Amino acid sequence: MDETVSEFFRRTILKIPLTEMMTILKTWNFLSENQLQTVNFRQRKESLVQDLVLLCEENHASLNDAALLDIIYTQFHRHQKVWDVFQMSKGPGEDTDLFDMEQFKSSFKKILKRALKNVTVSFRDAEENAVWIRIAWGTQYRKPNQYKPAYVVYYSQTPYAFTSSSQLKSNLPLLGQTFETHNSTTPLQERSLELDINMDSRIIHENKTEKERVQRVTQEIFGDYPQPRLEFAQYKLETKFKSDLNGGILAEREEPLRCLVKFSSPHLLEALKSLAPAGIADAPLSPLLTCIPNKGMNYFKIRDK
Amino acid sequence: MSVLRPLDKLPGLNTATILLVGTEDALLQQLAEAMLKEDCTSELKVHLAKSLPLPSNVNRPRIDLIVFVVNLHSKHSLRNVEESLHRVDATFFLGKVSFLATGAGRESHCSIHRNTVMKLAHTYRSPLLFCDLEIEDFRDTMAQRLVRMLQICAGHVPNVSALNLLSLLQSSENPSLDDL
Repeated sequence: MDETVSEFFRRTILKIPLTEMMTILKTWNFLSENQLQTVNFRQRKESLVQDLVLLCEENHASLNDAALLDIIYTQFHRHQKVWDVFQMSKGPGEDTDLFDMEQFKSSFKKILKRALKNVTVSFRDAEENAVWIRIAWGTQYRKPNQYKPAYVVYYSQTPYAFTSSSQLKSNLPLLGQTFETHNSTTPLQERSLELDINMDSRIIHENKTEKERVQRVTQEIFGDYPQPRLEFAQYKLETKFKSDLNGGILAEREEPLRCLVKFSSPHLLEALKSLAPAGIADAPLSPLLTCIPNKGMNYFKIRDK
Repeated sequence: MSVLRPLDKLPGLNTATILLVGTEDALLQQLAEAMLKEDCTSELKVHLAKSLPLPSNVNRPRIDLIVFVVNLHSKHSLRNVEESLHRVDATFFLGKVSFLATGAGRESHCSIHRNTVMKLAHTYRSPLLFCDLEIEDFRDTMAQRLVRMLQICAGHVPNVSALNLLSLLQSSENPSLDDL
């Protein structure tokens, strides 16, 4: 067994008061009756903990088993934590989907793991359709810190989730988004998970408000769902040449300039949607581009008024 | 305070702050992360901005080096940099400003000619670096260079000042610009 894991076991078991030790170990159900009988529960706590850790090693206990024990300890001592409660709301027109606990757990874990490479996620079912989720956070370069986990208790038949964190609240937006992404009806692959949290606090985004504005405007124009697949749009221009320079050769021309502009792409509307967030164009985009889905046209003739 | 001045604040202890200005946030973010991976005795801070002026109600450290990032594929990014340059005090251009042009590797995608950025850098008497930021190895190398430049501009390298560095960088580049 890994040294860090066995240390984690030692510290977790050490937290448990002697009066609760038997109950918690029985609830955990990892060590068998026989094994528990071999242990002397009346000895000094340090030695007791050592014996128990040895038994865990014998059983090839993993980090997940330790995380589970941590959850059980926390469940017994829930009153010692400070909990925030969040109420989730469904958007108008969204149906109440049938809730599948296993699917929720698997997609929750997948989303977090995709967003953060170093994270430990563990689940334990509880009464009244509740699930306790334990999350140990790491960073891009560091393994998860098992001693400062966050807990989320989600009552699946209600819109409520309780969270408790021993670290800064900075990770809460990610948890919120993980719920959002799970509950939305769009398939997970098509949603881009934009992390608002900077994993490195030494990087500061000066134009955060502007970025948020661009996201908001893009979302208002294009919506949250995947765009219809379009491969090109064509604009036939029959307009007079407009120039900032006075007395340019073409400025005097009375006849309209005939010009054809064609945009093509494997997925044109998604490409247009990503222009402003990528910083390649300003938001909002020209209405000539954004009106394509509304008008249902992709051939345009533009004339001077 | 809509104009950036180099010496309007006291420096932080052992802190060096770089400001990257450019329209393409993803590239700036990656460059920032590459810089922070470097082993460095100074405490580094990277500020990313789409354009200048910076929001005025924010408490920020003294900026030691500004790098304007132009994507040669995008006229929009050049225009953005040109407008932001007006928000920088002239004294910044004594070695504390640099230009970075990305995208030169894909010639067919370039809508801005190399000479345009070279002229721009020459006008502002500041060094111009070329690097395809999309390629990880090039980006890492550039990040190393920027960290060294930043340390010099922050005064963390004994006996070398930003102005020294500027004259060192310019003497090797100028001969070809005389033809422009």
